[in-house]
Amino acid sequence: MRYLTDRKRATGRGASGTGTEHHWHMTVSAVGLAIMVPTFLYLFGSALGGGYPEVHAAFADPFTAILTAMVLVVGLNHFRRGAQMMIEDYARGMNRKLLVIFVITFSYFLMACGLFALAKIAL
Amino acid sequence: MADVKQQVERPLSPHLQIYRPQMTAISSILTRITGNGLIVGVILAVWWLLAAASGPDYFNYVDAIATGWFGDVVFTLSLLAIWYHYLAGLRHLYFDAGKGLEVQTAELLGWVCVIGSVVLTVITIYLV
Repeated sequence: MRYLTDRKRATGRGASGTGTEHHWHMTVSAVGLAIMVPTFLYLFGSALGGGYPEVHAAFADPFTAILTAMVLVVGLNHFRRGAQMMIEDYARGMNRKLLVIFVITFSYFLMACGLFALAKIAL
Repeated sequence: MADVKQQVERPLSPHLQIYRPQMTAISSILTRITGNGLIVGVILAVWWLLAAASGPDYFNYVDAIATGWFGDVVFTLSLLAIWYHYLAGLRHLYFDAGKGLEVQTAELLGWVCVIGSVVLTVITIYLV
């Protein structure tokens, strides 16, 4: 028998049932992205427009490869939650469910593609 | 509970079509539009990276798209969207700390996001 009251289980969790977890994740990823994105933009922008060897050399650099991987993973997780929030604001019922599932799977698909490409270029 | 699905015609409160556009509302929805719109730039960037990983021939094909007029439009708009979302995100963190919530300050910060994003975009294009 668990000595937890219903009240205790509900406090701080709100209508979502997950409390402030979503907001906290957005805050953490926002701070992380704020630190990484300016450098990433510079490196990505510099690589864009180069030929095949230059682009390969740029993303084979460990710093560029790791930073790009982190921006991809953190950025797409940030997107996943933001897009889910938008869908939950504008869509209902089955539509909402399907769109949320699509956004989550598509975000992970892009992450996997990007990480695979980076690994293949860098290693 | 039998008639729970019956639609009731309720009066609607004044909404977007009634209010004069306000900086706070516009800068908020722009944050959502830019954040979600960035997925287009991410798709193109990831495709370009995948192409670079798969070999010179396919890379040249995708690179022509990513650095042609289509890529220029997508990446330039993405840059503007990133900087806007960046500044609006910092503003969000500032709001979360309970600061800058007076009407005048909040409206000023909205203009900072809009004008700042254009300035940062121009600087980035110039530097990179």
